[in-house]
Amino acid sequence: MLTACGGATQPVPANNGGAAGSGQALQINGAGATFPNPIYSKWFAEYNKLHPEIRINYQSIGSGGGIQQLTNQTVFFGATDGPMNDEQLKAAPGPILHLPTVLGAVVPVYNIPGLTDELKFTGPVLADIYLGKIKKWNDPALAKLNPGAKLPATDVTVVHRSDGSGTTYIFVDYLSKVSPEFKSQVGVNTSVKWPAGVGGKGNEGVSGLVTQTPGSIGYVELIYALQSKIAFGSVQNAAGEFVKASENAVTRAADSAAATMPPDFRVSITNAPGAGAYPISSFTWILLYEDPKDKASGKAMVDFMRWALTDGQKYCADLGYAPLPAAVIMLEQAALARIKVS
Amino acid sequence: MRSPDLGFRLGIGVFAAALVAIVAGIGAVLANDSWLSLQRFGLNFWRTSNWDPVAGEFGALPFIWGTLYSSVLALLIATPVALGIAVFISELCPQWLRAPLIFLTELLAAIPSIVYGLWGIFVLVPVVRAVELTMPESLRALPLFSGPPFGVGMLAAALILAIMVVPFTSAVAREVLKTVPMTQREAAYALGATRFEAIRAAIFFARTGIIGAVMLGFGRALGETMAVTMVIGNNPQVALSLFAPQYTMAAVIANEFTEAANALYLSALIEIGLVLFIITLLVNILSRGLIWSMARQVPVRTAAA
Repeated sequence: MLTACGGATQPVPANNGGAAGSGQALQINGAGATFPNPIYSKWFAEYNKLHPEIRINYQSIGSGGGIQQLTNQTVFFGATDGPMNDEQLKAAPGPILHLPTVLGAVVPVYNIPGLTDELKFTGPVLADIYLGKIKKWNDPALAKLNPGAKLPATDVTVVHRSDGSGTTYIFVDYLSKVSPEFKSQVGVNTSVKWPAGVGGKGNEGVSGLVTQTPGSIGYVELIYALQSKIAFGSVQNAAGEFVKASENAVTRAADSAAATMPPDFRVSITNAPGAGAYPISSFTWILLYEDPKDKASGKAMVDFMRWALTDGQKYCADLGYAPLPAAVIMLEQAALARIKVS
Repeated sequence: MRSPDLGFRLGIGVFAAALVAIVAGIGAVLANDSWLSLQRFGLNFWRTSNWDPVAGEFGALPFIWGTLYSSVLALLIATPVALGIAVFISELCPQWLRAPLIFLTELLAAIPSIVYGLWGIFVLVPVVRAVELTMPESLRALPLFSGPPFGVGMLAAALILAIMVVPFTSAVAREVLKTVPMTQREAAYALGATRFEAIRAAIFFARTGIIGAVMLGFGRALGETMAVTMVIGNNPQVALSLFAPQYTMAAVIANEFTEAANALYLSALIEIGLVLFIITLLVNILSRGLIWSMARQVPVRTAAA
């Protein structure tokens, strides 16, 4: 028996004649991060084909909006690129579970006319560029990392995101870990006070500015850089290797985090230890109440999550996301059992 | 009074009252939702320049400056162009060219602002950068043209705003010029006026309406969001330089609202909305006052002016 509860979910009449017997379909509403929207849309569509009685409706309004709406219980689940902080968790009416779904990464893109070599960066060098301390491309710090490259004596134009975004969160989270000065001067948030440069709106705004401005550097999501075929540099990881971002390198970063995963999954995997790990990587999470008021929707969401963590992961490659490592999936299966659905 | 009349009066009275209620309601909701920020920062919100979401410090001065500066610049660029178009269409244009010209200016108004923004990034900004790069050093030393040549910045924003404002201002100015009685022009010619003098007389006759058209454009420039945020560089600073990346109130709300998860941060963004609301209100009141004071003058100096 299905019951409507709290306005977040309602039983709607099934218009699918094929789903004989059940008579009613269940609609579940969610809202949150824009970064995982392509794969979530794919998942919800595919899952609906398998289970026509369940329709999951997702609005990609941004992580902040997702957290807000989940807290106000206007949606059944939320989604975020940066974990909720303690203050936000306290503001919610009940305990909230973070469930990693896929992985993303942020890559440094640049535009230096005449440069054919791929540039290498370290965390502290990226931090100094974004602090406005490295002003020229032929700065000794950059030249030392890229001995063969012909670096021009031109100004570095720093491009960052102007809109609040999970991409910025991941990037500044990494820079704050590797540079104490960046941490104290800028800090970590979805929007920060940038000491230098210009802001572009969205990945397309940043990449537009970078491709248009000779001598510029920006940061975009790995998927976006791959899809729009923008060149990006490699970044030195905690083990000292220069790693170019790839799905494999991102999953490696998550793998090394699995060993020390906190029980609530609120973990930052930037600057992860371990060989081959790309340092500017992150989980993206779906947020669910541990004790949902609407048990029917709760059960449907748990079933969906089990599917997304197993069969669903195969859609990652096509859409440019990095799949979760097996160790993390195992931990999550256990966590899903904690959700009270009866 | 007969009952249909009474019903009619009551009916339209309700509509008129609804308008007042909506404006008052918007103001009240903005003030209420920005209460946290109003209490915390008070008048300093208008005076300080530090916008730091991590530290929870919010000052709106760079956004207020950027909004007013970009809108005034856009107005300076757009007004002569828009009036030129309006005068040409209403006074000088051959009949066969009139309809296509009107259609083209109206087409400019129908283009979505995100399209203007993309055009700005890919076409206008490189042109602006080229201009900045070729500017002689002696001029670059002036505060108005200082800073590195990013391409994005105040100049690009003002230019794109001007293009967006032109169709509105010119359409209203054209309609206003159409209302100038033919006898006015004929009288000017009868007194031996040249064509230029006759047109000047018509413009003088229509001046209050033309100022209204200009203020309509200004109001639109104040609130324009998407196209501006894509080319202005989004860097909150109070700078005189046309080349400096700056920021506007509407842009910061659009950029940061969706990801603002903390109560004070949200409240500060809503207060930006309140500030924009107040400034728009003030601009409208001022322009009303200007039109009112001009309308009181009797236009006797037409030919002698």
